[in-house]
Amino acid sequence: MAIDLQRHGARTTLRTGLAAAAVAAIAFCGPAVAQETYKIGIVSFLSGQAAESFGIPAVNGAKVMIEAFNSGTAPAPYNKVGFGGLKIEPVYVDENGGATQQVQELRNLYDREKVDAVVGYVGSGDCLAVAPVAEEMKKFLILYDCGTPRIFEDGKYAYVFRTAAHATMDNVALALYLKQRNVKVDSFNMINQDYAWGQDSKKDFLLAMAKLYPAAKPAEDLLPKFGSGQYGTEISALMAKPADVTHSSLWGGDLQAFILQSGPRGLFKRTQVVLSAADHVLPGLGDKMPDGAILGARGAYGLMAPKSALNDWWWGIYQKAYNVYPVQAPYRMAQSLLGLKLAVEKAMAANGGKKPTGEQLAAALTNLEWDSPAGRIRMANGGGHQAVQDTAIGKTRYDAAKKMVVLDDIQRFGADCVNPPSNMKSEDWLKAGMPGAKCN
Amino acid sequence: MHVAITILIDALTYASWLFIVALGLTLVFGVLKILNIAHGSFYALGAYAAASFVGWFAAMKFAPGWSIVAMLLAAVAVAALVAPLTERGLLRFFYGRDEVLLVLVTYAMFLILEDATKLIWGANPYYVSEPYSLFGNVEIGPQVYVGYDFLLVLLAVVVGAAVWWGLNRTRRGKIVLAVIHSEEVAASMGVDVSRVYMGAFSVGIFLAALGGAFTAPMISVQPGVSVGVIIVSFAVVIIGGLGSIQGAAVGALIVGLARSFAVHVAPVAELFSIYIVMAIVLMFRPEGLFQRLQARKI
Repeated sequence: MAIDLQRHGARTTLRTGLAAAAVAAIAFCGPAVAQETYKIGIVSFLSGQAAESFGIPAVNGAKVMIEAFNSGTAPAPYNKVGFGGLKIEPVYVDENGGATQQVQELRNLYDREKVDAVVGYVGSGDCLAVAPVAEEMKKFLILYDCGTPRIFEDGKYAYVFRTAAHATMDNVALALYLKQRNVKVDSFNMINQDYAWGQDSKKDFLLAMAKLYPAAKPAEDLLPKFGSGQYGTEISALMAKPADVTHSSLWGGDLQAFILQSGPRGLFKRTQVVLSAADHVLPGLGDKMPDGAILGARGAYGLMAPKSALNDWWWGIYQKAYNVYPVQAPYRMAQSLLGLKLAVEKAMAANGGKKPTGEQLAAALTNLEWDSPAGRIRMANGGGHQAVQDTAIGKTRYDAAKKMVVLDDIQRFGADCVNPPSNMKSEDWLKAGMPGAKCN
Repeated sequence: MHVAITILIDALTYASWLFIVALGLTLVFGVLKILNIAHGSFYALGAYAAASFVGWFAAMKFAPGWSIVAMLLAAVAVAALVAPLTERGLLRFFYGRDEVLLVLVTYAMFLILEDATKLIWGANPYYVSEPYSLFGNVEIGPQVYVGYDFLLVLLAVVVGAAVWWGLNRTRRGKIVLAVIHSEEVAASMGVDVSRVYMGAFSVGIFLAALGGAFTAPMISVQPGVSVGVIIVSFAVVIIGGLGSIQGAAVGALIVGLARSFAVHVAPVAELFSIYIVMAIVLMFRPEGLFQRLQARKI
């Protein structure tokens, strides 16, 4: 009996010892296995028509930027490892598939992937669809790219931010550029895609022109569908009623096809083409890009970026990784991640070094300002949730010696010149004649 | 007058491009009874293959005129490689199953091929615009057209005539027509139906790839080019009647005219124009313009 008791005692001791060892091992290894990270969902087009021009370059930008953050090699004040010491763990999601799918994907990111923040969305329609969902879920969301002004002008959000200026800036800057060079504009044609981005861009350009060129008459107003690819008929329509200026907010494959088809037909020689978001097609098109087109990049990006140490560093790491210079989409991704980093670190500092909640992070990013490769970003509009920034416009010329398109006659416009003030909607501001614009 | 001529020319060039692609779609449906969602992917493969072939020809110092041959070879290569893989490797296992299931299978093929093209060619765009300038410009009134656009018209006429002749004036064509009419009777007469399927599917893929190959010089070849074409091609074959070659030709012309008229006269109705024409046709001819009424088999 005693022997039995002894045996039982030995077994109990052994089991207890093993359990204790296991607990100790878990406790010892715990921090190494489950080291806390900062998880970001990054949503951009990885397939479909917007992938090549916007989605993939933006994701490429995110990859080099996150790598620099995690290795602590970004320049000050961005040189802390990760976000305040927390390594960044990105989760990449394809934006292709339409707004309904994006709403579901966003829910998955928050509920299943347990991301701390989402940075994403190129499509204006997607932004309009996902913003109310993030707000309803009380989860942090940065819209890094989409251009429709309606997000914060028609809605009010606590958890949603946009770290790039909206499309009003692009079209006001184009009209100002024409005016300041005394370009004769008695009439102008327009060709824009038939969805939120194209419609809003057209409206902004019309209103800006009505103020700056009150006598100019809008003529052709073409609205091809997104992804049309064939523009022969539209080009004929534009050439049949030639105007002094032809405005377009086409982008990506649509813009490339339009240029490839209209260039040989001489459209760029018959009219002054002005493109609001076209810098991203320049590296690929090369000598197929007609000279003399006036274009913007939706910010002072790429060839129009201001000279700074931060821009030199960013340009260098991107070009080294991908053998091409960064254009607007990676710039906008970079400025969103730089802003997010500063906001997280600010919120952590106020939270005793702990990872911030969505509310704390939102409070930290509201009205924040930071330096980006494209200049100063200020969360000045939309109740501190919508960024304003400087922009630039230039004129194309193919440089045979450099074997690339360069931009001449670049003019920069300050954020306060081309963005509406915080207390006005874009449309009202444009209709009122852009009051308060500081364009020195 | 100039506007009317411009509308007609624009309609004709757009319809030609569309007809080449839609012809393959309608042929595959006519023979295999498959509504092939992946048709746009074969179009994209043709465009990518053309980009590669034209690049190789240029690297081998062929004269620029050879790029037309390169594009033709690209379409042949796509049909020769992809048709056996997809038809023998996948579709044949679903013959006789519900048509909806086949639509889903081709949709799956579409998704797979989208990723496959990205794996092979990457996400960066390809430009093969050199052939676009081979034929100079043509001035008609106030308009300047690129000669290449008229090459597409010629190509569409040649392709349409060749397919019609092949189906109606050759022994093999008549066998295909027999299979279209009744697969069962054709089989009982000793026709190797699966071989006919394979042949028709290969020609369908060739036509899609040909459309893509000859469109490549006008666009930047990149992910997503397969999507737009498939929707409008469906509109063409539905207007003309699924499985009808004449229907595809007339459908393409109707869509081209409707779109061209809308862009020049009422641009806001561009998108709407194609589908309102389709709706009107379907109201009076639910089977499409050239689809013969068929007795229901019991």
